[in-house]
Amino acid sequence: DEDLSDSEDSVYSGLEDSGSESEDDEEEEEEEEEGRKGSDDDDDLKEEPNQAEQVESHLWCVLCGSVLIFSWSLSSVLVPLQDIRNTVGNIPMEWYKDFPHIGYNLDGKKIYKPIRNKDELDDFLDKMENPDYWKTVHDKQTGSDIVLSDEQVELVNRLQRGQFGDVNFNEYQPQVEFFSSELMIHPVTNRPEHKRSFIPSLIEKEKVSKMVHAIKMGWIKPRRVEDDSRGRYYDLWANEDSSILAKHRMHLPAPKIPLPGHHESYNPPPEYLFTEEERAVWEQQDPEDRKHPFIPRKFSSLRQVPAFPRFIHERFERCLDLYLCPRQRKMRVNVNPEDLIPKLPKPKDLQPFPTTQSLVYRGHSGLVRSISVSPSGQWLASGSDDGSVRFWEVCSSRCMKTVQVGGAVKSVAWNPNPSVCLLAVALDSVVLILSPSLADKQVVSSSEQLLSGSVEAEPVEGANPVTWSNCEGEELNEGICLKIHHPKVRDNYLASVMPDHSSNLQLFIHKLSRRRSQNPFRKGKGLVQCVSFHPVRPYFFVATQRSVRIYNLVKQEMAKKLQANSKWISSMAVHPGGDHVICGSYDCRLSWFDLDLSTKPYKMLRHHKKAVRGVAYHRHYPLFASASDDGTVIVCHGTVYSDLLQNPLIVPVKVLRGHVITHDLGVLDVTFHPSQPWVFSSGADATIRLFT
Amino acid sequence: MGGLQKKKFERGSATNYITRNKARKKLQLSLPDFRRLCIIKGIYPHEPKHKKKVNKGSTAARTFYLLKDIRFLLHEPIVGKFREYKVFVRKLKRAYGKTEWSAVERLRENKPTYKLDHIIKERVSVDITGNLGEIKILLYQFNFFFLVEWMNFMITSRALRKVFISIKGIYYQAEIMGQLITWLVPYQFAHDHPTDVDYRVMATFTELYTTLLGFVNFRLYHSLNLVYPPKKLSALSASLARVVSTEDEEAELDQFPVEGAQEKEQKLQEALKKLFNGLKFFLNRETPRESLAFVIRCFGGEVSWDKSVCIGSTYDVTDETITHQIVDRPNIDKQYINRYYIQPQWVYDCVNAKILLPVEDYFLGVTLPPHLSPFVEEKDGDYVPPEKLKIMALQRGEKPGTNPNEDEEEEDDEEVEDEEEENDDNEEDDDEEEEAEEKNLQKMEEQRSQGKSLHVKVTPGKVKVEDPARLEQEEKAEEKRLAVMMMKKKEKYLYDKIMFGKKRKIREANKLAAKRKAHDDAEKSKKKKARKEMNM
Repeated sequence: DEDLSDSEDSVYSGLEDSGSESEDDEEEEEEEEEGRKGSDDDDDLKEEPNQAEQVESHLWCVLCGSVLIFSWSLSSVLVPLQDIRNTVGNIPMEWYKDFPHIGYNLDGKKIYKPIRNKDELDDFLDKMENPDYWKTVHDKQTGSDIVLSDEQVELVNRLQRGQFGDVNFNEYQPQVEFFSSELMIHPVTNRPEHKRSFIPSLIEKEKVSKMVHAIKMGWIKPRRVEDDSRGRYYDLWANEDSSILAKHRMHLPAPKIPLPGHHESYNPPPEYLFTEEERAVWEQQDPEDRKHPFIPRKFSSLRQVPAFPRFIHERFERCLDLYLCPRQRKMRVNVNPEDLIPKLPKPKDLQPFPTTQSLVYRGHSGLVRSISVSPSGQWLASGSDDGSVRFWEVCSSRCMKTVQVGGAVKSVAWNPNPSVCLLAVALDSVVLILSPSLADKQVVSSSEQLLSGSVEAEPVEGANPVTWSNCEGEELNEGICLKIHHPKVRDNYLASVMPDHSSNLQLFIHKLSRRRSQNPFRKGKGLVQCVSFHPVRPYFFVATQRSVRIYNLVKQEMAKKLQANSKWISSMAVHPGGDHVICGSYDCRLSWFDLDLSTKPYKMLRHHKKAVRGVAYHRHYPLFASASDDGTVIVCHGTVYSDLLQNPLIVPVKVLRGHVITHDLGVLDVTFHPSQPWVFSSGADATIRLFT
Repeated sequence: MGGLQKKKFERGSATNYITRNKARKKLQLSLPDFRRLCIIKGIYPHEPKHKKKVNKGSTAARTFYLLKDIRFLLHEPIVGKFREYKVFVRKLKRAYGKTEWSAVERLRENKPTYKLDHIIKERVSVDITGNLGEIKILLYQFNFFFLVEWMNFMITSRALRKVFISIKGIYYQAEIMGQLITWLVPYQFAHDHPTDVDYRVMATFTELYTTLLGFVNFRLYHSLNLVYPPKKLSALSASLARVVSTEDEEAELDQFPVEGAQEKEQKLQEALKKLFNGLKFFLNRETPRESLAFVIRCFGGEVSWDKSVCIGSTYDVTDETITHQIVDRPNIDKQYINRYYIQPQWVYDCVNAKILLPVEDYFLGVTLPPHLSPFVEEKDGDYVPPEKLKIMALQRGEKPGTNPNEDEEEEDDEEVEDEEEENDDNEEDDDEEEEAEEKNLQKMEEQRSQGKSLHVKVTPGKVKVEDPARLEQEEKAEEKRLAVMMMKKKEKYLYDKIMFGKKRKIREANKLAAKRKAHDDAEKSKKKKARKEMNM
């Protein structure tokens, strides 16, 4: 069959090789088949084409590139015209570059290259002159030029257009379904079924059993059914209360958000809106200090109200507070303030006590440091910074006598013995004993006698720092030692104090009748503020800066030391019973000591707003008074029971005002009338006042 | 001496508390999970009384939880769910990483979920107290659905008591099972979502509260023999159109014999429930429809709006039977004669005052009277704004007709003042006269001193009238002052603190009153000026 050989030859033709350079190996295999079939096709073109074959040709046309098709058709057409065949095969023709031949023909004879190769000029001339130049193709394997026929050119054109090479091929023929939905009586293939199609697969079985196991173990769960979210509610509290929270002992419910007030309204009353100053203050405050976290605003109608910009912030902060804020139970004291006030007996029931200011003694020009009432209660002596001591008649407020002593008077004190009439006056470093002769002749004479009686007593030792000296005139001047503070007397003893830290000579006890002074303490125990004798027993009270010492004068030892719990004691008074002491201090306190109870104050009173300057007990009535720099005298009722088990009851009964505060000093001294419930007070405003 | 040495911090309060980090480690949870658990279970830190003791001698700032609380968390099944979720996230991440989309889908389908039912049962007791109001506020942000149901319950049970328009939103207060519950609804605007807020925290709260509210709604609906969840409740408006059939029966049901004040109160409440009965409202489109419709329906009024605003409108503007049209614009073109055109504040004020207020103050374009908070209950001594006094007078049944009289009086006052002002012009003349008189007197005195014709005159003294009541009062005050002096230091401190608080309150009240007076005076003078100009 020539056709067949032809086609076979065409497979090895150089043309095809040159065309199929770019193809893969795989495709080359197909190529061979297809080439064969194609050649069959070519032959059959003139005959009626078989349907199935046509489909096949269609298939390969689609599969292979156009170059391939071109190659076979070209070779199949060219071969009968020229019989020059090169048998070198599909090799690069450069290998024959240096040889005179380019291969071998079918007989094994060399095919020689054309003698004269065309150069550029020849090529150009050819291009210009040869009308067939455009369809001349150079065959590398033979080295000859081939002019394509019209049919071949047409074929090339068709392929370039992407059309089928065969003009007569109808690409739109109706498709014949090979596997159709129609059931055929005969099978498509007659191949018997494989055995494995009848035997269950082991691999599948393994897979399934794994899944079954996983389902059994609960590893694979069936696809969750979308539960209807609206149907998941039920009566949760149908049974009894099972709230654990209610039983939780330590549970602290979160504080509720306070309900909004008028200021939060969109249209608040005008008084709730901020003024300029309030707004400035609000803006300057820290966010924690602000009373409201927003500025009240007013809108004239509801449609103008915007969204609150910090709404989400506020909600978030509340959420944070709920779960992040440490909670603590704070006991809120819900007491009526009236209940806190102690129930005391009414002052009305505790009368008599001084209630009103009845007399004012004017005459001094400086502040009145000290006052003292004579034991008879008729006379009042006062010493002032203007350097004078004045004697007043109590009832008429008349100044009976003025004695210039030549220095600021620190303290004055009457002799408490009613049978003598003597007054001790303390100046800077001098104590004067005055005999004002304001009493009966008998009394005056007895006092003179007392003073003069012991003049010829034994002379004072040289070493004694105290010198006694008589005075010409109506005055007797004696004693030295600096400041007499408090003459408390049995008969004729007098104690004087000088606040001098460095020496042990702060305190002296003078005996008038003998004109003798003694210094009871070897060592100074701090700054002595004031001293006092026990009213009945031989005890001596010394108040230093922070404590009160009680000495037994007979045994010559310290009996007790009272801690005043205050910074600086200013004054002291001893109860006429002798078992109670009050101390005023510069830090506004008044401490009441019960000597039988403790060395600590039984009661601390903080009535005064400023330093307490003077304190005094009444000799008969259960009253005591304290004078302070805040210009008030507070009279308290302090009942002392004879029963030792009962503590004294202290009731403030009256606040007496009257003194004017001058130079930050108010009332400087206070003293009671010896028999009447009257109280005298002297102040920095140079007056003495009597309250009855 | 014998005995073991006592070690510090091994007993007492040191063992009752646990720090947050230790608690977290004990529970084996990450911090976000721990937070979530705390939120859901309602566990919060405690502030120990002696912090240093609990902190084992250190003063470093630490958060402490009760050890018992943390032990309580140990048994919580939800902790396991958290771990499951963690695993799920890991698996999902891996599937994504490997681009195994089928695995992703499968995992997503089986995303672990948890239920909060048991926790809610633990945390909330039967009488559903607690902070429902708070819940509502938060939920408004995230989930509107439950609130529609909630509002419907309010309408059905007529439980609403008070409404307040604040700058933050609208507060509602309702009485449910004897409990007052307040909640806040923000205005229906888009909020700009701040970035400095941890939305995970809020989402956890929302999750919890949504569940809780679902159960609460269920119980409330069942208490009214209604089906929960209600059918066809997609929007508030649609539900509002629903006809409530049960309420009439209920109104006739409960009539227990009650005595005295209680009865009176109950009557008042019944009256309040029927406040808007028989009134027909129409809402203009610029008014806050949901709020107004809710309030009006809660008090028995009929309400409708334009069809184009929202579905559920029952009648049109042209309906002749409308009694009130709520408008929030300066004026309106076409007005019907047989209805009042009022601003929305009227509705809220009526509810708070529990009576129908006169509509004159709320007409179109009129300056509205201040809107007062119904939650403020003034005790004696507190400042009461005059508007509140007016409303209280109206509540007592005093005719509003008295008010015009007051106004007239005021006007009279003004006239008097006018006269005074006129007198002011004459004052200068008076001053001159006075000067002349003084000169005369001086002259006479000189004459007298020179002429020795000084005769001492004794004028009868005036008897000091002493008011016994006042005296007694003074005496008592003094007694109190003296007794206060005798107080113990501790009590005195407390007393001073209480008194300071009281005084501050009084001071604030006085300040407000002064401010109001100044404002009123300024207004008055402004008015007067305007009037004068008019006269000119």
